[in-house]
Amino acid sequence: MALHCGRSCRQYLLHLAHDHVDFRLPEIKALLSLRGRQFDPSENFQERSPFWRLNGLSEDDARSIMKRTVCGKSVFELWGHGATQTELKTSLLEYPAENMAPYLKQESTYKINVYTFNKTLLFKDRIEKIDALDFLPFEGKVNLKDPDHVFCLLEDYGSDPNDIPEKPLYMYFGRWIADGQRELIRSYSVKKRHFIGNTSMDAGLSFIMANHGRVKAHDLVYDPFVGTGSLLVACSHFGAYVCGTDIDYNTIHGIGKASRKNQKWRGPDENIRANLRQYGKEHLYVDVLVSDASKPVWRKEALFDAIITDPPYGIRESTRRTGSHKDITKPPDDFSGESHVPVSMAYHLSDIFTDLLKFAAQHLVLGGRLVYWLPVYRPEYCEEMVPMHPCLTLISNCEQTLSSHTSRRLITMEKTKEPEETDALAHLADPRFRPYQGHNSFREKYFSGLTKKSSREHSKTSSDGGE
Amino acid sequence: MKLLTHNILTSHVKGVTKGYPLLIKATEVRVNEVEFNPQFVSRMIPKLEWSALVQAAEGLLQLGHLQDLPSSLIQDYENNEEFLRKVHRVLLEVEVIEGCLQCPESGREFPISRGVPNMLLNEDDS
Repeated sequence: MALHCGRSCRQYLLHLAHDHVDFRLPEIKALLSLRGRQFDPSENFQERSPFWRLNGLSEDDARSIMKRTVCGKSVFELWGHGATQTELKTSLLEYPAENMAPYLKQESTYKINVYTFNKTLLFKDRIEKIDALDFLPFEGKVNLKDPDHVFCLLEDYGSDPNDIPEKPLYMYFGRWIADGQRELIRSYSVKKRHFIGNTSMDAGLSFIMANHGRVKAHDLVYDPFVGTGSLLVACSHFGAYVCGTDIDYNTIHGIGKASRKNQKWRGPDENIRANLRQYGKEHLYVDVLVSDASKPVWRKEALFDAIITDPPYGIRESTRRTGSHKDITKPPDDFSGESHVPVSMAYHLSDIFTDLLKFAAQHLVLGGRLVYWLPVYRPEYCEEMVPMHPCLTLISNCEQTLSSHTSRRLITMEKTKEPEETDALAHLADPRFRPYQGHNSFREKYFSGLTKKSSREHSKTSSDGGE
Repeated sequence: MKLLTHNILTSHVKGVTKGYPLLIKATEVRVNEVEFNPQFVSRMIPKLEWSALVQAAEGLLQLGHLQDLPSSLIQDYENNEEFLRKVHRVLLEVEVIEGCLQCPESGREFPISRGVPNMLLNEDDS
């Protein structure tokens, strides 16, 4: 068995949170690749299970993944596993004694936890399960408050809450190594964020995006649709220097109407810089600019290590770019540059993606990643609809369902080649863009299946949309 | 606006072929102390247009904010802490709070207010 090949290839048990299930594998793969490690699961690997057994890692690899992951709850050095009590016992007795010995010594203290997935156990049942492990040569003293070593018996009762089996489907026993960063979801909650907007990305997904993008210390990360900077906050947590642009002058300057309930106007210091300051990361703030993502304001070099963004789709924020329509009224001649608000026009979704991929191909360093959300009308979705670029390789594509007929997909691409002249026109021949062409057809479809109540809300939103 | 940002920004006025570097016209400049990170500075240096950085720093030097930078990039800068600190100061600590950026070819000005450049163009320019 794989367990028995010494220190270098011990098996680790990763216990994952059971939400954002689609996003977990790409996150763990990205974090492994930051350590130069492959994802090497055990046989019978099931992506949707909360327990993954991983091979080919060192304890340091395991710890380093847990310093970043918001999908992973804890990692254990796996000592044994099995579908029945007997199998578990056999497996544990086969685990090399010399691997256990350092953690079972007489002078050390320990405790054993019991974790059950999809079932709650009575206290006395837990004690029974711990007692049943007494064949293991524990020599130290039990210390529940501050033990030197923590062990855990993990039991999987399946994923159907309406059909909970009497006995677990599978059991694991191991030594606890480290917890993941689930705590960040609470401590970075937008509820407690100084400056937020209508479409601020929730903390968990922001960290997932930064992880998919392999954002790391000393990187320069850019968000072309920065809004209130939620994604920059997450990236700066991992030590990256951050910058962003947004076409909305009021958002960038933090003025105008507040997005919070019970607050009419934004306060004096509501801006992205203050958000970074709130988390002690102001030193990683580079700049935010008022700018149009469809315009080339950066010089043409590979400048950014990652581009992490949530483009507007005209659902909760309108899609806009600067430009002119024939029928617009001319602005008064006496405007000053500063107060002038350029005419904005609809920014078609297909153009947003073309521009974004082209921009990423141009401005990412080789090996740098683009992470963005693609809105999807589910009845028509197929994988071929995901926009491609000759210089960008698709790494992952994860769905977050929004309603019965709509979802958004988190797309991660890696720059694998420098652009050449011929690549500039590549998208024109690409049939993938068709579903997003036409006058924001996605938007029409998005609202097509809504109930009466929400279509009333829709007409209200679009009149607020400022298009 | 920090000078790091200035170093990678360019004018996008329609028809302009030489829109870089933008000319800084500052009316208010501030120096904020920022934690020194030699790795980040070393990583950024190869991405910089060195002459544009020196030019920008010299422009603000007259306002008394900056130490001078050598006119060409030195060898072995990764191990020269004194040099990296100078570059750090220029890149990340000096901020233009009020003023504007001017396109060197068309003369079009992009205002900077409360530290934020506004790169939007009017319908006529874009």
